[in-house]
Amino acid sequence: MLLSRLLALFIRILVGARAMWIGCKPAPNLRIYYANHTSHMDTLALWCALPGTLRARTRPVAAKDYWGSGGFRSWFATRGFNALFIDRHADRSAGDPLEPLHAALSRGESLIIFPEGTRRAEALPGPFKSGIFHLATRHPEAELIPVYLDNLYRSMPKGALLPVPLTCSVRLGAPLDRREGEAKDAFLERARRAVVDLA
Amino acid sequence: MNIQQKFLWLFGGIFVLLLLASLVGWLLQRRARGRGGSATIDNLNARVRAWWVMVAVIAACFLLGRVASIVLFAIASAFALREFVTLTPTRRGDHLPLVVCFYVLIPVQYWLIDDDWYNLFAIFLPVYGFLLLPVLTALSGDTEQFLERVTKVQWGVMITVYCISYAPALQLINIPGYVGQNLLLLIYLLLVVQLSDVMQYVFGKLFGRHRIAPNVSPSKTVEGFVGGGLSAIAVGAALWWVTPFSPLQSAGMSTAIVLAGFLGGLSLSAVKRSLGAKDWGSMIEGHGGMLDRLDSVSFAAPVFFHLTRYFFEP
Repeated sequence: MLLSRLLALFIRILVGARAMWIGCKPAPNLRIYYANHTSHMDTLALWCALPGTLRARTRPVAAKDYWGSGGFRSWFATRGFNALFIDRHADRSAGDPLEPLHAALSRGESLIIFPEGTRRAEALPGPFKSGIFHLATRHPEAELIPVYLDNLYRSMPKGALLPVPLTCSVRLGAPLDRREGEAKDAFLERARRAVVDLA
Repeated sequence: MNIQQKFLWLFGGIFVLLLLASLVGWLLQRRARGRGGSATIDNLNARVRAWWVMVAVIAACFLLGRVASIVLFAIASAFALREFVTLTPTRRGDHLPLVVCFYVLIPVQYWLIDDDWYNLFAIFLPVYGFLLLPVLTALSGDTEQFLERVTKVQWGVMITVYCISYAPALQLINIPGYVGQNLLLLIYLLLVVQLSDVMQYVFGKLFGRHRIAPNVSPSKTVEGFVGGGLSAIAVGAALWWVTPFSPLQSAGMSTAIVLAGFLGGLSLSAVKRSLGAKDWGSMIEGHGGMLDRLDSVSFAAPVFFHLTRYFFEP
């Protein structure tokens, strides 16, 4: 717990990750925060921007091949920010790679996910993968909060080793409303638009 | 009077000033509450609160000694440079030079002060930094808007690191009869510059009519500048006893500080407008960012440093 608090403080100072609660307020509801993905710092910045009480019940989803590959990174991901690992290159036959996420939501833990699936060196997010659609369908009670992470792509772009301390902002929007019987592609595009609108 | 006594008198005076300001702000707020509140008075009180914090931090640093003041300004430079770079457009190819600025240039520049190495301190950034940064950017291979990007980073580093580092560097000047008291010169500089800013703001709000450069800074007026500037010069002249200057010399130095500070504020306002921002950041409530507070210091510090060194170091 102490490590997480120190980490949150350090990240907030380093990247000035200020949370701008534009469309919603911090609340202990079951939420799926989904954001654009530009750097390894994204997970940390968004998680650290949440107030302490929410941080305790929110699991950031981290790529197993980067964060779970053993050593300091896995220790840091689990003890530092309570990550939930997802296997990006999982073999479908071995079961649904989203199963740990479904389990977490059923337990009442909010999630932070990056629907693009990979980091993108641009200001605006690209097309979303279908994971968020499946999560939203199976958990209709969860609020879908679009988040735009600004400037992090400049602070620590792909391939960089050290972050440049820029003032990054975390903009949280209004929960995405659900539409009965909406097709997957339409949903994904609508979700993506919600993030772009926050930019 | 020895250095401790001078410190006590100075900070005692600042404490009284702040108390007065808080009192005035509180009274004004009570009056305004009856009429539904006022944004200007809320801003004024936010500013005064921020001043209490800033003065407390600076006082603590001075009590801890010269190294603490060097570290304080190094951190201030880092925050100011961060605000500057956040607002200027950069590309992937600027990442390496920016990393070097934050992780190498700032620590080295301030370490040179601690090491008492004036000659390298004075040329490290304008010569070696200046020559190194375009090389690092060129090595990334991205030539899109190359000149614009390189010059913006250069300028940012010069203002936020090189110029601001002249403030704690005042301890490098050897003034006979004033040995070991240079920290008082730093307080003198900060007091005159910031008082000038504050008084220009107050005079501007009370008597401001003729704008100086409305396109650049809507709040700078002739009345504000003259009234605020003259009050700051008067205070600076009255503080001659903390410095190695005579009262007349102190008045002259204060005039230089006030002028340079004003021009610094004006120039950086122009840069801000061209970048489309009203404030450099929002770190300090009521004031904006770190650079909003240090813009006057960035011009005043080098001028004050070199005038003092030229005339008072044999």
